[in-house]
Amino acid sequence: MSTQDTELGARPTKTFEWGPFLRTNGGLVALAVILLFNIIVTPNFLQMQTLFVNISQVATIAIVAMGMTLVIATGGIDLSVGAIMALSGAMAPLIFMSEFGQANPALGITAAIVVPLIAALACGLFNGILVANLKVQPIIATLILFISGRGIAQVLTNGNLQTFSNPSFSYLGTGKVLGLPFQGWLAIAIACVLFWVMSRTIFGRYVLAVGGNERAAELSGGPVKRVKIGVYMICGVLSGLAGLIVVAINSASDAARNGNLMELDAIAAAVVGGALLQGGRAPIFGAILGAVIIQLVKYTLLANGVEDEVALIAKAIIILAAVYLQMARKE
Amino acid sequence: MLDTDAFDLRKYLSQNPQSVAVWVALVALILFGVLRYENFGGAYNFTSFLNYNSMFIIISVGMCFVIMTGGIDLSVGSVAAFTSVVAAYLSPYGLEVALPIAVLAGAAFGAINAFCIIVMRIPPFIATLATMLGAKGGALVISGAETISVDWGSNFTRMGMETALNILPWSIVLVGAVIVVLWFVLEKTTLGRTVLAIGGGADASVLMGLKVNRATAFVYLLSGACAGLAGVILASGFGAGQPLEGIGWELSAIASVVVGGTLLTGGMGSVTATVAGALLLGLVFNILNFENGRGTISFSAYWQMVIRGGFLFAVILFQARVTSGRAARKAQT
Repeated sequence: MSTQDTELGARPTKTFEWGPFLRTNGGLVALAVILLFNIIVTPNFLQMQTLFVNISQVATIAIVAMGMTLVIATGGIDLSVGAIMALSGAMAPLIFMSEFGQANPALGITAAIVVPLIAALACGLFNGILVANLKVQPIIATLILFISGRGIAQVLTNGNLQTFSNPSFSYLGTGKVLGLPFQGWLAIAIACVLFWVMSRTIFGRYVLAVGGNERAAELSGGPVKRVKIGVYMICGVLSGLAGLIVVAINSASDAARNGNLMELDAIAAAVVGGALLQGGRAPIFGAILGAVIIQLVKYTLLANGVEDEVALIAKAIIILAAVYLQMARKE
Repeated sequence: MLDTDAFDLRKYLSQNPQSVAVWVALVALILFGVLRYENFGGAYNFTSFLNYNSMFIIISVGMCFVIMTGGIDLSVGSVAAFTSVVAAYLSPYGLEVALPIAVLAGAAFGAINAFCIIVMRIPPFIATLATMLGAKGGALVISGAETISVDWGSNFTRMGMETALNILPWSIVLVGAVIVVLWFVLEKTTLGRTVLAIGGGADASVLMGLKVNRATAFVYLLSGACAGLAGVILASGFGAGQPLEGIGWELSAIASVVVGGTLLTGGMGSVTATVAGALLLGLVFNILNFENGRGTISFSAYWQMVIRGGFLFAVILFQARVTSGRAARKAQT
């Protein structure tokens, strides 16, 4: 509207339209700026170690952000992702450290991965039913698990930090494939699968249809409810997976901290990656780009000695800026 | 496209049986508590209950106004934490300085929310989520991530620790006065009616010539100021500004509002029922604490979050019928 030309402080020149360019390629431009900044300012930035640390941390954000992207594509939102991470992360050590898990290591590990993922799936189902069948607003529906999910995780572990040493489980977070962190490959594999789902399957088409115009999708006979439940379940299970990875990286599970504020990172990554909050778009690889940007911003602030607290404020500003640019793009 | 059917339904809902149900449940729980535990009706439990819950009541009332416009304010907890630190720093100058400035600081966050939502057109939950982060970061920065002890020499702690006429805590007297004013604003003024109209339909309200932006700005400023007041009560009642407090407060406030019968989709709501909802939620925990003390059940602090979520879930199930009925009606027209 009236703000068309003024955003981002970009001066509209006659030869080149910065506004539209930034709006469509904002993510890539931001990434380039951050990288350039780091190469110049941050000491020892261009090293394998940096790449390593960032990949191993960005993977969880990216995995959750992809689930969030699907939910947002239907016009919804999922605030419970962090709590689901805490829940699944709390369950895994409980299972493989139990008597059963100690006696049958292989089965124990399998159960420690499968059972938490099923629990995460069930959380997604719970969110989905509330949103699709009971027509509760997504923010409120997912707010229930946002608070009680972490509570359940803390009740399960009695609020204790669970430390363990279990190389086979820790592979999820510390393993390497072709020299790069396992979870990075996992995130890329998930992205490829989801990309295929979104662009080649009927389910994917319906996700976009529901977000584009729910009423129309329903009138044309689309399985709106099932699609909605489906996206919340996908988001739930991906969050559960991310929770397991975080626990595996740390060789410890802390229900109070695992996935804390992840909902913000995930929403920010999805939005920075080009998801529209009104729904109707599901840029899967955009979510990964968004996650990389969020992670790099965090890393940049940390590496240059900015306090955590100030980093929170910086993140708040990034989220506002990303959503604002996106709103302008829509108009 | 003024939906007259929906308006009639809302009118019907404003005499919502749920509001009545909340009061009945409240009285029943109090009776239960008085009969079951010997100290429940005692002066100590009474004042400490009100003192503690006055923070949640005032935040819930602010939240109620926001939700009536169809918005949401997730920043209240962090803002309260921020203003508790501000109030603690200002406590040597006395309550008359610390209180207004801390409330203004809260309102300032409300102003940021309002600016993002009205001018930048950012959805309320994103804008307030960002402010939540910002306020939390701000609180940690200005406090150095430590609790800030208040000045016990000034009159600052009187508000949270002393009672008026030996009956009511000062904090609850103040909160009560604010509630009366806000009730009047909602029920008797154009501003209050506009707030309700926005929730009923923002576009229709604009077409009717209502000052939608002004009323929207008002609710977020109000919610911020209420959170600011809660922060002062927090600092004064506990003797310290606490930058890490306030986690989950937004959920408590939303739950109170919903329990009070306010529909989350906006367009209707009541200040008194919200207060009742907040009291009811507080009472559930009060009774659980007593039950814990008797040793019949044993629940850790972690259960609080689970129960809070469960409570919200129960109320949402109750409301879902109402809202889905309304959605079905809307679909037909």
